[in-house]
Amino acid sequence: MDIDVHKVAMLSRIRLTDDEAAELGPQLNSILGYVDNLQQVNTDGVVETAHPHDAAMPLRSDVVSNGNRRDDLQSPAPKTESGLYVVPKVIE
Amino acid sequence: MPFSTLSKLKNRLDAGETSAVELARIYLDRVAAHNDALNAFVHIDADYILAQAEASDAHRSAHGARALEGLPIAVKDIFCTQNGPTQCCSNILKGFHAPYDAHVITRLKEAGAVLFGKTNMDEFAMGSSNETSAFGPCRNPWNSDCIPGGSSGGSAAAVAAALAPAALGTDTGGSIRQPAALTGITGLKPTYGRVSRRGIIAFASSLDQAGSMTRTVRDTAMLCEAIAGHDAGDATSVADAPATDWLAACDKTDMLGLKIGRPKEYFVDGMDASVRATVEAALAECEKLGAEIVDISLPHTEYAVAAYYVIAPSEASANLSRYDGVRFGHRCDNPDDLLDMYTRSRDEGFGSEVKRRILTGSFALSSGYYDAYYKKAQQVRTLIRQDFLDAFEKVDVIATPTSPIPAFKIGEKTDDPLTMYLSDIFTIAVNLAGLPGLSQPCGFVDGEGGELPVGLQWIAPAWREDALLSAAAAYEGATDWTKKTPVGFDLAGGAA
Repeated sequence: MDIDVHKVAMLSRIRLTDDEAAELGPQLNSILGYVDNLQQVNTDGVVETAHPHDAAMPLRSDVVSNGNRRDDLQSPAPKTESGLYVVPKVIE
Repeated sequence: MPFSTLSKLKNRLDAGETSAVELARIYLDRVAAHNDALNAFVHIDADYILAQAEASDAHRSAHGARALEGLPIAVKDIFCTQNGPTQCCSNILKGFHAPYDAHVITRLKEAGAVLFGKTNMDEFAMGSSNETSAFGPCRNPWNSDCIPGGSSGGSAAAVAAALAPAALGTDTGGSIRQPAALTGITGLKPTYGRVSRRGIIAFASSLDQAGSMTRTVRDTAMLCEAIAGHDAGDATSVADAPATDWLAACDKTDMLGLKIGRPKEYFVDGMDASVRATVEAALAECEKLGAEIVDISLPHTEYAVAAYYVIAPSEASANLSRYDGVRFGHRCDNPDDLLDMYTRSRDEGFGSEVKRRILTGSFALSSGYYDAYYKKAQQVRTLIRQDFLDAFEKVDVIATPTSPIPAFKIGEKTDDPLTMYLSDIFTIAVNLAGLPGLSQPCGFVDGEGGELPVGLQWIAPAWREDALLSAAAAYEGATDWTKKTPVGFDLAGGAA
């Protein structure tokens, strides 16, 4: 199989230069070629693992457990204004 | 003697023979003397460490000692800490300061520990050699031309060279156990769900688990006891996990009645012959201690690496979508538009191994390929889990080599990602099955430039960390491997 590196890079939202794509293509094909060994395993009727111990997710009461920490939590952001995250214009 | 155990340091503190401040100064001196050669620590703040140590000594005299009072504990750069940077050794998190502590960091603080710097690691924990770090490779104290293993390579090197008495690591496919093996220390990955993942930068959420890296089995029990337990802030932290008496489990001195499984798939052609012989000798020692060695089979072992390299990259591609230049982390200069900002910020911020894994995961999850890759891998994962359940009908614990090879040279495997992936062949299945695994030193083999350590891996049923600790404690008590120390690190820092 030949993987379309540029398509997968766009799905991943990572810019790739042509040089990077030329290097990654064969590497991804080699990894996926190895992964194809999985096709040898008979998995008819086998339920896929969703949790290593098949444990149920615990429930908790729907109550506020922390205060308003907006400023703290926004402090690592590259750009904020009036409590909002600022990004390049989305709608023309 | 700077190569003291955590337990011994605790006894000396409790006896009033030393103080938290004195210990902090000793280890800070050692870091100053040796870190340039090893690159084990990527961030260390002496003033903050000494302030914590002073506060610990004050707490001890006012209120008595807590479980880890005054003990310096290094932590991998993957744990969010409110003090100082948290970068996961990635350029995309350059300058990031976490707005909260990871749950396990809070637990260490509550136990009175002194947080002792951030350690080197593979970028986003993706690697087996610590070579993908944005801070450059970490070196193995036993041979500085060699890698310390990964991804928790800095924690391993720091403990092996006694730059810290103990450290926390994380383990997604062997990232505690493999570096512990390659640097001659003890490392425990607890059962999935035993330790909260909140505030640990996510790699593959169904596999990630934090654990201990220490000089001895008892030290590992002390540290894990402090960080284990339910946290409502992590939905996969298990609320009704069976309790373990961590320290009592370490009192075991024999293996009478213990049935140890020896899986044939972990003793194969292609692995290093001297590593295999060393682990076989360790099993013979276990027989002398009273254990019965039972030949078993884990028939789906050969598919574990393939399943892992679908599941882990798939989860990573989803987890790492959060690095988009909006809420935290690197944003490129002068983006043309939103898409340009995403794609260029991520290109500039991520290293090549992280990109490789995100792309692999995006492909495996993409339309038309999901069933063939992700679903198939999760089905094979079920079969791997079943192999272990069947085996534990016959035996109490399983013993294997931790790594098929000893530490390799820096740069030796960086050209071929697949060869690097196969170095985790003996540790990955344990994560897929969510089981506890422990690596301890069991001997040395001749490498270029001297001896290199070999690790013995113990695997137990879910929640039976006590079984791992008992077997490992009995083996440790009958051998002297933990007393061996690397050459050249006994100079600075005086008597701890």
